[in-house]
Amino acid sequence: MIKRHLPFATVAVIALVAAPLLLEPFRLGLLAKYLCYAIVALGIGLAWGKGGMLTLGQGVFFGLGGYSMAMYLKLTEAEGGLPDFMVWSGVEELPALWVPFANPVFALSMAVLGPVVLAVVLGTLVFRQRVRGAYFAILTQALAAAMVILLVGQQGLTGGTNGMTNFFELFGQDLAEDSTQRGLYLVVAGVLGVLYLATRQLVNSRYGRLLVAVRDGEDRVRFLGYDPALVKTVTFAASAGMAGLAGALFVPVVGIISPALLGVVPSLELVVAVAVGGRHVLAGAVLGAVVMGYAKTAFSEQFADGWLYLQGALFIVVMTLASKGIAGVAQTVAGRLRSARAT
Amino acid sequence: MTAFLNQLPIGLSIGAVLMLIALGLTFTFGQMGVINMAHGEFIMAGAYTAFLLQDMVLALPAAFLVAGVMGLILERSAIRHFYGRPLDTLLLTWGVSLVLQQLARDLFGAPNVQVPAPAWLSGGVGILPYNRLFIMGLAVAGVVAVWLYLTRTGLGRRTQAVVQNRQLAATSGIDTGRVDMLTFFIGSGLAGVAGVALTLIGPVGPALGTYYIVDAFLVVVAGGLGQLRGAVLAALGLGLLNSYAEFWSDASLAKVIVLAAVIAFLQVRPQGLFVLRSRVLT
Repeated sequence: MIKRHLPFATVAVIALVAAPLLLEPFRLGLLAKYLCYAIVALGIGLAWGKGGMLTLGQGVFFGLGGYSMAMYLKLTEAEGGLPDFMVWSGVEELPALWVPFANPVFALSMAVLGPVVLAVVLGTLVFRQRVRGAYFAILTQALAAAMVILLVGQQGLTGGTNGMTNFFELFGQDLAEDSTQRGLYLVVAGVLGVLYLATRQLVNSRYGRLLVAVRDGEDRVRFLGYDPALVKTVTFAASAGMAGLAGALFVPVVGIISPALLGVVPSLELVVAVAVGGRHVLAGAVLGAVVMGYAKTAFSEQFADGWLYLQGALFIVVMTLASKGIAGVAQTVAGRLRSARAT
Repeated sequence: MTAFLNQLPIGLSIGAVLMLIALGLTFTFGQMGVINMAHGEFIMAGAYTAFLLQDMVLALPAAFLVAGVMGLILERSAIRHFYGRPLDTLLLTWGVSLVLQQLARDLFGAPNVQVPAPAWLSGGVGILPYNRLFIMGLAVAGVVAVWLYLTRTGLGRRTQAVVQNRQLAATSGIDTGRVDMLTFFIGSGLAGVAGVALTLIGPVGPALGTYYIVDAFLVVVAGGLGQLRGAVLAALGLGLLNSYAEFWSDASLAKVIVLAAVIAFLQVRPQGLFVLRSRVLT
C-alpha cells in the first residue's frame, strides 16, 4: 500500500515543498504554467489514452475556462466601468453576456460548466451516431479552428486577436507580488494533484475498465448491453472540465488569454506532449506536458526558429520509434532490468 | 440581388479548390486510413511553385509533379509504416507539416508573396470573373481525370478494389503497395494544383495550407470516405455554405455555422453522404 503511493508522494513533496523554496519566482511562474497545461494533458490522457478519443479541440475548453476567468478579472478591475479593451474598440455599454461574470462564483463555475456542457452536447450528437476515431478528431479540430475565428471576429466582446491581458489583482491580491504568484503555484499544483488522484481512481474503477473496453472494442461493449456513447460522453465531458479549470488557473498565472493560445496548433501541441510522455499512462501525460513546456521555453530562448524544426522532428521520431512515449520506454527499461536481475 | 449573385462564383470557386484538395484526402484516408495533415503543405508547395515559375501554364504540371513527388517521399519514408493506425498518422504528418512550414519560411521568407495573375485571366463575363471560372474549370478537369482513371484504367480499377477491401485485393494478386504509392502521388499532386489555383485568389504564405486543411477534412467527413461523388458534392456544398454564411451573418460566425451544419448532417448520415457498403464491424 505504502509502496504503491510512494512515487506520487515523492513527486508531491518535490512539487509542493522543494520547488517553491528552490526556484526563483520567474521559474516558479513558468512551472505553474506548465502545470496548468499538465491539467489539460491529464484530461487528454484520460480521453485519448484510456478512452481512445483523440480530441484535437482541448484548446477550446481551455479557452472557455480562460475567458470566463479573464472576464471576471477585467470586470473587478473596471469597478463598474467598462474593461479597457472595450473602450478602445468603441463599445459603449457592457454587453449582456458579460454582466453575470462580475460574480466570482458564477465566473468560476462557468469556467468548468461551460466546457462540460459544450462537451456533453457535442459528445451526445457525435457519439450517439457512432461517429468515432478520425471523424471525431477532425470535428474537434474544426471546432478549435472555428472558435479562434469567432473570438478574433468578436473584437468588442473578446478583445479580438490580442485577447485580454493587464490583470492586476485576484480576490484582492496583487498579481505582481511574488507571494501571490507562489500561492497561485501551490493552488495549481494542488489542483493537479487532486485531479490526478481522482482520475487514477476513476480509471481503476469499474467505469474505467468499461472505458478501456470501449476503446478496444466498442461494438463488443455494445453487444454486452452497455451504452458506449454514454461512457464516451462522460469521459469527454470530464476531460473538457479539466481543460476549462486549467484555463481559469492559467489566466492569473500567466496574465494573458488570447486566441493564439487555444487554436488548432496549441491544441495539437498538448496532444503531442501527451504522446511524448506516454498516452497509456496518466502520469506519462502529466510528465509529457511539463517536459514539452520546459523544452519549448528552453529552446525558444536559444533559437526561436529552430524550435519548430525540433518539435516537428521530435514528433516524427516519437511516433515512429517510441509510440508509447517516455512512460513506455521507462516501462521497457524497468522490465529489462527486472528480468536481468532475475536471471 | 446582385450582391447575392456575386457570392455564387466565390462560393463555387472555394468549393472547387476544396474539391481538388479533398480528392487526395478522401482517397488516402479511405484507402489507407491515413489522415495526412501535411496535405496542406502540398498546397503550399504548389503555390510556391507557381510563384517561382511565374507562368500559369507551366506551373500547373510543375506543381502537380512537385507536390506529387513530395507526397511520394512522405509515403515511402514514413507513412507506410503506419498503415492501420490513423490517429498516429495524424500526429506524425502534423510533425512533417510543421517542418515543411518552417522550411518555407526559411526559403521564401515569412511575409506573403503575390503571384501576378496572367493577363488572359483578367476580366470576366457578367458576374463570373475569368480567374474564378478558370479555377472551376481546373476542378472539373481534375475530377473528370480522376474519374476516368478510376473507372477506365486497369490501375484505377485496382485502386478501387483496394479501397473496397484491401485484404481481398491483396490475395487476388494486386500489388497494394504500388497502388498506395500511386494514390498518394496523384492525391498530393492534385493538392499542388489546388495551390496554383489559390494563387489566383490570394497571396501565398507559409501557412497557406493551414487555412484550407480543416475545411478539406470536413469535406471528407461529410462526403464519405474514399467516395469521389461524395467529395465533389460535399466540397461544393461546403464552399457555397461558407461564402453564403459569411454573406448573411459575419465572417467570424461562418466557420461555426459550417461546423454546425456538418454535425447536423452527420445526425442524418453518420458515415457521410455516400457509404461503402460492407459487413465489416469497426
